[in-house]
Amino acid sequence: MAAVMETIALTRHFGGLRAVDGVDFRLTQGQIHALIGPNGAGKTTFVSLLSGRIPVQSGQILLEGKEITHLPAHARVHKGVAYTFQITSVYPRLSVFDNVALAAQSRSPKDVAAQVAEALAHVGLTGMEALLAGTLSYGHQRLLELAMGLALRPRVLILDEPTQGLAAGEIEGFKRLVRSLVPQTTVLLIEHNMELVMDLADQITVLNFGQILASGTPAQIHGNAAVQDAYLGGHHAAH
Amino acid sequence: MKVWALHLAVVAALFALQFVLPPYHATNLARIMVLAVFAMGYNIAFGYTGLLSLGHAVFFAAGMFGMGLPVWHLDWTALPALITGLAAGGLVAGAVGLLALRTAGVSFMIVTLMFAQAGYLLLLYFGAVTGGDEGFVVETSSRSVFGWNLSEDGPRYVAALTLFAAALLSCLWLVRSPFGRVMVAMRENEDRSRMLGYNPFRVKLIALVMSGLYAGAAGAVYGLLFGYVGATFATIQYSILPMLYVLLGGAGTVLGPLLGAAVVFYLIDITSAFTDAYFFVVGASLVALVLFAPKGILGTIRERVAAWLP
Repeated sequence: MAAVMETIALTRHFGGLRAVDGVDFRLTQGQIHALIGPNGAGKTTFVSLLSGRIPVQSGQILLEGKEITHLPAHARVHKGVAYTFQITSVYPRLSVFDNVALAAQSRSPKDVAAQVAEALAHVGLTGMEALLAGTLSYGHQRLLELAMGLALRPRVLILDEPTQGLAAGEIEGFKRLVRSLVPQTTVLLIEHNMELVMDLADQITVLNFGQILASGTPAQIHGNAAVQDAYLGGHHAAH
Repeated sequence: MKVWALHLAVVAALFALQFVLPPYHATNLARIMVLAVFAMGYNIAFGYTGLLSLGHAVFFAAGMFGMGLPVWHLDWTALPALITGLAAGGLVAGAVGLLALRTAGVSFMIVTLMFAQAGYLLLLYFGAVTGGDEGFVVETSSRSVFGWNLSEDGPRYVAALTLFAAALLSCLWLVRSPFGRVMVAMRENEDRSRMLGYNPFRVKLIALVMSGLYAGAAGAVYGLLFGYVGATFATIQYSILPMLYVLLGGAGTVLGPLLGAAVVFYLIDITSAFTDAYFFVVGASLVALVLFAPKGILGTIRERVAAWLP
């Protein structure tokens, strides 16, 4: 199947720390792809390189076969790569409407109100347009963040720990929401909740010390001894 | 609707005031309106986009000299000279922005301050052309537009009000436009805005050029209405004043600059009758403001009672 995004020997070191170290990665069109790994494995650095928030040291990033390695972050957004922040990063002093409108008008200045209504309906925040984003509950702020990502109508949506801090009931709704995005949008998900990842993802890539430890379907990853050692808490890791 | 009605009512009230006020205060108000346009420009950069500049005097002076020099040396008439003044403000802001916007925060303050000082010293250095520290008078014969002699009280007031009304309404339109929303987004969170597809450098440069156009227009009209062009308008004092006006009136409010300019102007006017230390009074009121109403007069009103205020 076609790769919507691809990296070749992607590398970024911070001093002596090899945060991302020669990663070859393929993101298949229309799938939900989860990126997992222990804390400090380089997951956030890796997606920051994809989205352009951090400059690449060496290696290449391709979007639908075209090189975007050195494209600035704002230009990648216009090419269809959207990133939602790990720490909720809505504009707290602006209204819910303005938050989503900023995303919508960035893509197309036409019918901003209709685009906003559609994105808010998608995440279930209809009717909250006039509220200040900072007054929303944490769960609703996460949904607002997601609505901002959706309003960009991205081809690749990168979600950095989207369920962190959500209640169990909210996670169910979130799962349905993410499933409804594919296959039009390809989703790359950093997630710590293993139950969610096993349930939701089509593909899983495991990062450890900046390198790919394993890659495959949830079943393959579940049965992988190296992954169990490094991350899932297999018998070797118990002591 | 309510918003436009309020701002049009302010313009109408200012128009009516000229028939009520004694000439001394009418002239003061004309001065305040032009200075308020300068402050509105400052507010576009600082209040809405979050660019804390200490160099806006150089944009004001660019407008003033951009108007005054062609009138003095080339015998231009007022109208084309006003246009070169306006353009000079925008051009200088664009040139300063291209370099200064590579920095942010405190560095941006220092770099803009340095540019303004360099501009001031250039005006003195080329004293043969600019009039140096003495400046020059704009001849009364050059100060008429469409047959109106702007050195007379009535036309001067109407000219100041015309500029003010145009600036106020276009500022209101700007901050309620999609681009106005992006300016605020840049102020609130630059990193997030970049990840929504906005180029921070480009947005800030456009905002600074618009700010410079306002300052340039104000400088050009100020020189024309009051008949004097001088390097003192490029000193640090004229970078601080618009900041004071905006902070006092309310940063990020459309009417704040007018309110702030009026309050500071009369604060100086009244206290200077009693003491030479009138800047002490201005300073003390600013300290009080920062302590008790850090959002300025209109900013506080907006927060407490009128959230709809733009």
